[in-house]
Amino acid sequence: MSTDTKIKMGLQCPMPQLDFEYITLGHGSGGLLTNKLLNSGVFKLFSNPFLDKQHDGAIINTSGELAITTDSFVVSPIFFPGGNIGELSVFGTVNDLAMCGARPKYLTLGFILEEGLTMKEFWDVLVGIKWAAEESGVQIITGDTKVVDKGKGDKVFINTTGVGELLPGASIDQNNIKVGDKIIVSGQVATHGVAIMSVRKGLEFETTIESDTRCLHKMVEGLIEQFGQKVKFLRDPTRGGIGTSLTEMSKSASWGINIHQDNLPTDQQVESACELLGLDPLYVANEGIFLTIVDPDIANEAVNILRQHEYGTHAAIIGEIVEDHPGQAVLFSGIGGKRVINMLIGEQLPRIC
Amino acid sequence: MKHLSEYRDPELVEKYLEEINKTVTRPWSIMEVCGGQTHSLVKHGLIQLLPDNINMIHGPGCPVCVTPLNLIDKAIFLAEDKGVILCSFGDMLRVPGSNKSLLQAKAEGADIRILYSPLEAVSLAQKNPDKEVVFFAVGFETTAPANALSVLRAAELDLPNYSILTSHVLVPPAMKAVMDDPDCRIDSFLAAGHVCTIMGINEYFPIVEKYKIPIVVTGFEPVDLLHGILLTVKQLEKGEAKLENQYTRIVRSEGNKNAMSVIEKTFDIHDREWRGIGTIPDSGYELRTDYKMYDANLKFQIDLPKAIESEICIAGEILKGIKKPHQCPAFGKECTPEMPLGAPMVSSEGACAAYYNFSNIQEAPLPQD
Repeated sequence: MSTDTKIKMGLQCPMPQLDFEYITLGHGSGGLLTNKLLNSGVFKLFSNPFLDKQHDGAIINTSGELAITTDSFVVSPIFFPGGNIGELSVFGTVNDLAMCGARPKYLTLGFILEEGLTMKEFWDVLVGIKWAAEESGVQIITGDTKVVDKGKGDKVFINTTGVGELLPGASIDQNNIKVGDKIIVSGQVATHGVAIMSVRKGLEFETTIESDTRCLHKMVEGLIEQFGQKVKFLRDPTRGGIGTSLTEMSKSASWGINIHQDNLPTDQQVESACELLGLDPLYVANEGIFLTIVDPDIANEAVNILRQHEYGTHAAIIGEIVEDHPGQAVLFSGIGGKRVINMLIGEQLPRIC
Repeated sequence: MKHLSEYRDPELVEKYLEEINKTVTRPWSIMEVCGGQTHSLVKHGLIQLLPDNINMIHGPGCPVCVTPLNLIDKAIFLAEDKGVILCSFGDMLRVPGSNKSLLQAKAEGADIRILYSPLEAVSLAQKNPDKEVVFFAVGFETTAPANALSVLRAAELDLPNYSILTSHVLVPPAMKAVMDDPDCRIDSFLAAGHVCTIMGINEYFPIVEKYKIPIVVTGFEPVDLLHGILLTVKQLEKGEAKLENQYTRIVRSEGNKNAMSVIEKTFDIHDREWRGIGTIPDSGYELRTDYKMYDANLKFQIDLPKAIESEICIAGEILKGIKKPHQCPAFGKECTPEMPLGAPMVSSEGACAAYYNFSNIQEAPLPQD
């Protein structure tokens, strides 16, 4: 369904008639060209009462506690199977808010465009943002556009700030975690990273793997509504994959983590691609899944609730919090061996033989 | 996963472990030659599943680890030349040179590209006629055919701006060097399956003959490794020394004739220096006279001061299987994958990195912060 709305949106938002084909330095000058660019369609595309004021900033009304996050997006290539940098920037920010136990409300967008970017590419990114913002139920309330000389950027960089309202009953805090708690992952691991790798220059391989970039807060809300404080911790394992997230969680803890490799949901194609490229799926980036640590009493029910959601069909309990090996996350391999999960050093570099 | 899950089948793993347990009566030291095998043993937690009587010794089969420091310095020196695009496999980038790594040189502005195939480097040379494109051709017999092919392709295109910086090493001479070391305490070898895919198995008969040692050509998955170990243990317990092929689904006795002919056309065999081990006679490939113009070593006369190795790093002893990574005083302290002192800590196939990254909780506990 989501893909359909995405296609429809592309059709409903045709690129405006412009007298320029490429982004030039002038488009970031704040002068006539900037105005032309914004007024030609950008404001209309994201229209809402906040943005329509075209003020220097936005004034918002809120009640209760707020969650605020900031993120930057520099993915290369900017268009990849299953998404583009625009969608990614919205979903990435929205998901960070969701991991705080908040309902995402507002987003700001800062563009750094490279001179020479085609208007078509920029427009497609904008339409991606619009679609993702509607999917996530957030409004773009203010923004900024700068242009850098050709060669000084890489097509588009996007910086965002996200504001969300804390969900009633949410108490996401690592200090709540206790021995016996269960670790759940909401979907298949490593999909986004492999989708990006499959179109990296010099590495193109044929696959139907698509990025899983999407918003997660509806699933999180479902859990918190039902179980409140029994949902103790949330984390979206983006860069560095779930291996890095698990290590970060356990690093300074008085407990340890056990993960059961057999229970890790992975797509067969993704697993094969990882094997071929010498990558460990544990360390490959994700965009459309989250890890949660929950009270053992509700773990099975939580998985069932997640599985009813279109993005949670592969949700599974993958491990538990244990007394043993405090400060370490340990993986029990499918064949009965075990090893420590460590943090990723630098980039995952491919093996050579 | 298709074609993989069957070789990671827990029931088969258990069956082989049981059989190994039943067969073994005495302690045996078995060297897995290839770094890929070390990686798999540690990654799947196989080492601790094996009986105490089986001591796995990790061999020198990690190309990144044995590339001489001096050659890495040369690659960095070349990369820092504004007229050069240096291409390399990813693993080489983090290996520390005398002063810096290729990754640091890249951050400082050197044009260094990570490639999966040397043929891409040839395309780069075509597209950049005003630049010298140098491919850092590192590896065992497995990467030799592709590297050779890149030279043949460059010759076909008559490209004057392509060359390779070779550090090609060969497995059988290294196995002999390990056996000739007076400190050697190895009872049998698991030979490197993928090297044999290219070269076949015939080169190993003389080693079995000379050293009276069992050699089993072995694959890389848990079931392969345990099967290979079982076959060597059976031989050892019976007092036999034979060459066997466990990896029959991939390795043909005669090897890959096309690949071998490409290698033979392009390279001939020379003495080569192995980092941490020293010079091993007839253990590496150099470009043949006909293709010398593609040899970066000759094309760019680089005279660098002799590289000095870290004094505390015991990479040599690790690579010969005399010591295990966690027996090094610097392991996990001065030397980590983030700040490696020696190459075995860098490559994902290096024994030290494998131990650090996937360390067995009992055998090599990590220092706590």
